[in-house]
Amino acid sequence: MLSLIERWLKASAHETQEYVYLTSAAFYGVFTRPFYRHDIVEQFDQIGAGSLTVVLLAGLFTGAALASQSGLTLDQFGARPVVGRLVSASMIKELGPVLTALMLTGRIGSGIAAEIGSMVVTDQINALRALGTDPVRKLVVPRVLAGIFMAPVLTVIADFIGILGGWVIARFQLQVNSGLYWSSITKGLYIQDVWMGLSKPFVFGFVIATIACHVGLRTTGGTAGVGKATTLSVVAGSVAVIASDFFVTQILIALMY
Amino acid sequence: MVQGSIETQTARQILREPGAPVVVFDHVQLAFDDKVVLRDVSFTLIKGHTKVILGASGSGKSTALKIVVGLLKADAGIVWVNGQRVDQLTEKGLMDVRDDLGMIFQEGALFDSLTVRENVGYKLYEETALPLADIDRRVEEVLGFIGLAEHIGKMPSELSGGQRRRVAIARAMAFKPSIMLYDEATTGLDPITATTVDDEMIKLRDLENVSSIIVTHQLRDAFYVAEHMAMRQGNGEVHVVRATREKEREAEFIMLQDGLIIFEGDADALRTSADPYIRSFLS
Repeated sequence: MLSLIERWLKASAHETQEYVYLTSAAFYGVFTRPFYRHDIVEQFDQIGAGSLTVVLLAGLFTGAALASQSGLTLDQFGARPVVGRLVSASMIKELGPVLTALMLTGRIGSGIAAEIGSMVVTDQINALRALGTDPVRKLVVPRVLAGIFMAPVLTVIADFIGILGGWVIARFQLQVNSGLYWSSITKGLYIQDVWMGLSKPFVFGFVIATIACHVGLRTTGGTAGVGKATTLSVVAGSVAVIASDFFVTQILIALMY
Repeated sequence: MVQGSIETQTARQILREPGAPVVVFDHVQLAFDDKVVLRDVSFTLIKGHTKVILGASGSGKSTALKIVVGLLKADAGIVWVNGQRVDQLTEKGLMDVRDDLGMIFQEGALFDSLTVRENVGYKLYEETALPLADIDRRVEEVLGFIGLAEHIGKMPSELSGGQRRRVAIARAMAFKPSIMLYDEATTGLDPITATTVDDEMIKLRDLENVSSIIVTHQLRDAFYVAEHMAMRQGNGEVHVVRATREKEREAEFIMLQDGLIIFEGDADALRTSADPYIRSFLS
């Protein structure tokens, strides 16, 4: 039993060490030559534009469901007109960033792990190194940059679409006046909320991309290993998003409120 | 500093001479956890010669190649490639050594998302500042050399197994390395296709003066490469013919068993070996 725990602890420490090594190598790669501009642009397109549909749908239905549920609760206090305030605060501070990040984990986290994992098991990563290319600079840096910078953009879009979805429900189901809905949003929103909602996606984008790259690069065991790496990337990425959400929220509350 | 510069210059002068050692393994050892992969392996590859490493699966053949190119680090021993100690170099330092090394991986390891043109010219497009027109010309020239010029725009998934290996050879030779490393380049191919790949190895060695290390367990291909040579005829056509005795001696065989060298010699010595393991391997 003790040796089992010892082995688990050693393996965890080794994984953490490799993860830290990869992230520091990626950080170094962001600021030093050579840069693979074409790959960076391609990843911004794939991760950003490619995830737009998923994020739009998730944001729209989340906002709509939130307005619907909030309407029922607010009715108990006769506060139905402030439904917009509740929807916007929830979307901007919490649901928008977290749900967008979870969508990205499913879409790009799995994609990155599967792509890099396949390259590992088919010797393409070794071929890259043999041809004089550093795989961290060529594969990891563009994906991490795209994750860090596209996650906030997608989150802002998800927030807006979510609030729009909430308006559709507020206007046509809850019969709340449009002017009242939009004014309650602007009245109830503080600058700290906006900072909170904008800061989190940077962290989530970084976490999702680095975990996916790390898991992909450590793939072993042929095609079955690629499948395992993909699953692990989504599971670890999702848990990391939710856990980092808690810690980032605590830090930002302590700093801003 | 001055001393180091003199040493580098001396090494370069030596390497320019015929018969210079371009790859040297000196008592190399490597183990993964409890499993010993290479035990005290020593050999030398001479400029323009061929070293064929034979052995059963798991005997450490591919591992030796990966150590040459710096993809793996030996636990002990010294590895020289073109006058540089690759066992002591960092990943950044290894990039210079790899500029003169071409490696063909098992199954080719072509980049799935790139076309044949982009695969072949990968290093030139991505890692050099050469004008695009020059790179395109070199890619077309190399694909013409291996007879796949008409496939330049295809994706790797559209090629047959043999064509993929040949594109992998083209990718490795595009930047004109002086040393080629072939890791099971013909494994899994039918004999006719394997011969076309063998012919490319022979042509590179004899026409481009490329030194080669060939890792395989395909005896037929190993002997074919060792016992044939490429000759350019007066009309420019290249023919692969039976090698002269002198040329045959330039191909040396190494037999690995459980990470240990159990044989080193030419094709004739291998054929006449009385070692029971080698006999069973040859039969």
